[in-house]
Amino acid sequence: MVNQATKAPLLAVNNLNIRFPSVHGAVHAVRDVSFTMGREKVAIVGESGSGKSQTGRAILGLSPGQVSADSLIFDGIDLQRLSSKAYREIRGKRISMVMQDPKYSLNPVMSIGKQMIEACQIQMKVSKKQALARCMQMLEAVRIRQPQRVFKAYPHEVSGGMGQRIMIAMMLLSSPDLLIADEPTSALDVTVQLQILAIMDDLVQDTGMGLILISHDLPLVASFCDRILVMYAGRIVEELDASKLDQAQHPYTRGLLSCLPSHATKGQPLATLERQDSWLDEALENRGLRV
Amino acid sequence: MTDHQEQAVIAVKDLAIYFGRGEHQVKAVDQVSFAIPPRQSFGLVGESGSGKSTILRALAGLDHVDQGQLLLDGEPLQIKRTKAFYKKVQMVFQDPYASLHPRHTVDKILAEPLAIHGFKDIEQRIIKVMDQVALPHKFRFRYPHQLSGGQRQRVAIARALILEPEILLLDEPTSALDVSIQAEVLNLLNRLRAELSLTYVLVSHDLAVVSYMCERVAVMQQGKLVELLQVDQDGKTYPKQAYTKQLNLASQGYDRARIEQFIDHD
Amino acid sequence: MTEFKAWLLAENPDSRAQATLGRSYLAWLRFYRNPLAMIGLVIVVALILMALFAPYIAPYGMTSGLTGNELALQRFQPPSAAHWFGTDGQANDVFSRIVIGSRITLLIVAIVIFTAPILGFVIGTVSGYFGGWVDGVLMRLTDIFLAFPKLVLALALAAAMGRGLESAIFAIAVTSWPAYARLARAETLTIRNTDYLAAAKLQGASHWRLITGHIMPLCLSSLIVRVTLDMAGIILTAAGLGFLGLGAQPPIPEWGAMIAEGRDYILSYWWLATFPGLAIFTVALGFNLLGDGLRDVLDPKSGA
Ligand SMILES: Nc1ncnc2c1ncn2[C@@H]1O[C@H](COP(=O)(O)OP(=O)(O)OP(=O)(O)O)[C@@H](O)[C@H]1O
Ligand SMILES: Nc1ncnc2c1ncn2[C@@H]1O[C@H](COP(=O)(O)OP(=O)(O)OP(=O)(O)O)[C@@H](O)[C@H]1O
Ligand SMILES: [Mg+2]
Ligand SMILES: [Mg+2]
Repeated sequence: MVNQATKAPLLAVNNLNIRFPSVHGAVHAVRDVSFTMGREKVAIVGESGSGKSQTGRAILGLSPGQVSADSLIFDGIDLQRLSSKAYREIRGKRISMVMQDPKYSLNPVMSIGKQMIEACQIQMKVSKKQALARCMQMLEAVRIRQPQRVFKAYPHEVSGGMGQRIMIAMMLLSSPDLLIADEPTSALDVTVQLQILAIMDDLVQDTGMGLILISHDLPLVASFCDRILVMYAGRIVEELDASKLDQAQHPYTRGLLSCLPSHATKGQPLATLERQDSWLDEALENRGLRV
Repeated sequence: MTDHQEQAVIAVKDLAIYFGRGEHQVKAVDQVSFAIPPRQSFGLVGESGSGKSTILRALAGLDHVDQGQLLLDGEPLQIKRTKAFYKKVQMVFQDPYASLHPRHTVDKILAEPLAIHGFKDIEQRIIKVMDQVALPHKFRFRYPHQLSGGQRQRVAIARALILEPEILLLDEPTSALDVSIQAEVLNLLNRLRAELSLTYVLVSHDLAVVSYMCERVAVMQQGKLVELLQVDQDGKTYPKQAYTKQLNLASQGYDRARIEQFIDHD
Repeated sequence: MTEFKAWLLAENPDSRAQATLGRSYLAWLRFYRNPLAMIGLVIVVALILMALFAPYIAPYGMTSGLTGNELALQRFQPPSAAHWFGTDGQANDVFSRIVIGSRITLLIVAIVIFTAPILGFVIGTVSGYFGGWVDGVLMRLTDIFLAFPKLVLALALAAAMGRGLESAIFAIAVTSWPAYARLARAETLTIRNTDYLAAAKLQGASHWRLITGHIMPLCLSSLIVRVTLDMAGIILTAAGLGFLGLGAQPPIPEWGAMIAEGRDYILSYWWLATFPGLAIFTVALGFNLLGDGLRDVLDPKSGA
């Protein structure tokens, strides 16, 4: 399962660009994003609208925009060359994504159990009974109390955090090689959050899964991941070792750190971020791309 | 004690809310009591699925009550809420992507409550509330999908404020937002509370947010209120219960060894 | 013109009207770029124009009024410069009858549009919104109507009420509302638990306001698409009833009835049945293409 013989990276993204054409002119949502990763935990952080989710979706071939890249290679497979049928074979089985907004991703008029079993059968081609057992096992793994009840419930009958855990359980059903988790724990209390991250951590350690964790919780990401990519306005402006977050250079990263309420004094307003246009150009200079 | 209860703008007494029947019945809220004096910011934290949102929805009249009482200014709330109630109590939902009608412009979203309550000076009020939440006027005729998450949440807050309520129920108002926008929204909420003498009930799972925003915090677990904490001047709390201590530990970041020691407090 | 366009597409409109117009214009642009949808639109608009100006377009009257020798000479003329689509057994000009018959087709369409979908829409949204026993009662009622095969119920009604256009239209309307009620209810169910509906309730909005102002606008687009797509079927059903002799009665130039008349001569006088058939085919196709185009434009998932 683990590809140790070849030292090739699990995922190599080279100059990924995503544009959304519109009557107001094209929106360039992701600009020249390049990174490689092995079977490790990589975090993508950055503000709302900086292109984190779109990057993740593009890897799955699900971006609604115009995607172009010099190369997009997953475990030796050129993703750009895949037929849509071959992509479907990989998606869900080898690459999974936990989408932001769990309640949007679940069908509001179908019970949770039915949706999970359906997903399970599509991904793993098992009997209904095996699927049921596997689903129950995953619901327990993500620490849902009374999985029997939740199994029969409809999406509006579970709390925000339970919805998120259900999505995670669904994506882990088939033990993927690469998991893209888009703010998977933003609605969870801290204890459960850590327990869920621990499950993912186990998968990375034991089965050699690669994990891309999209988040805006900097301290959490710093303590959990191996590397951090900081995105701003569609670009990667900084790439850091997780342990060196406090040594971040880019003013944007430093600004993000100063916004945290845990660093504020009660009664004083929180620092907010003053964005500067020059950050865009600096990002280009740093990577030697400026013409 | 009775004196304290009389002053409270919101009092919850032995509240119990159940869902479902038989073996799958959930006690979403189980014998919870607390009281909130005027102009206080009261935090609700706790386990996911512990009934925090359910309490807010019950206060707002969106969920049923099985047992206990909800008091507003010392008066028990009737099942059918009056218009006067909605003028006094408003709610901001967790997810700014789901709480705005996709086919209504910001203008329409803000004008509707005014129309329902028969206000005449709709124009001025919309302008005023947009200024209050620092939303530029150019966004007035945009649709929600043309706004960023932070801007949407500001629209949601503006909608809640436009009837000039005294109490805001805030259900994780910033958990879908990134830290820089969270900082803006929290600053805004603090400023509004000072300016308009509001009372807040704030649900959050981020202990840092709650201790920054609130004077008192209730910790919930499995429908029960585990502990009521006072937040001191420096934003510190001194929990006594094991579950709360564990929550505090967990908020210090990912540490494998620590997680192994977590226990399920059943 | 370019200024006007810029005004329409402004990212920060200054007024309610500008925002609405801008949104409609964007939808129109998307529709305009879809050639098949445009063909559908052209056909439907042509049908409407033809019906409006039928007396001016039709070269002859609905009936020729000829008798005796004249009739014998003029009947069953093949298509020619004088009679583009030929003449029938009563020496009536087929082209004129088709043009005038478009009014009947349009009448059927208009009456059905203003009854069945609206009834179904109201029943469906109310049922989905309130749930509980209201839903139970309304949906059982819907089930009952849904259980009847459409054409059979239409046949029974037409037979009971007497032959004629009115009973055909009534039969069609009565049999088609349940499908719309189902559709509207299904859409309402996905909306009723959303936060924005809860938020509106918290503003003190009445049930009526919630249904008409919040739920209906969201269900409307899928309803419009569905109705447009169904129009083809409705025209065909009306033609079918006409064909079976239960709809419009001769000499009313209903297209289905015209085919029925031509059926006996199909081998010797092919034009009698062929041209009304083509007319039905074209209009049904037009509504179908239009419906497909509208689906792309109005689908809430397509952004805008
Ligand atoms: N369907 C679309 N059409 C047009 N623009 C889009 C579309 N989807 C996304 N965008 C734009 O692409 C940019 C990147 O979006 P993306 O969802 O990746 O942001 P994000 O970093 O995930 O933000 P968040 O933290 O809010 O989830 C945004 O500016 C957004 O407006
Ligand atoms: N309409 C409903 N029908 C059935 N069960 C429900 C319903 N609403 C809530 N519940 C249950 O009540 C419990 C409490 O849910 P609630 O939404 O209050 O949790 P919460 O504390 O807000 O959690 P989170 O932090 O994850 O949002 C959950 O177990 C949930 O499944
Ligand atoms: Mg995102
Ligand atoms: Mg909640």
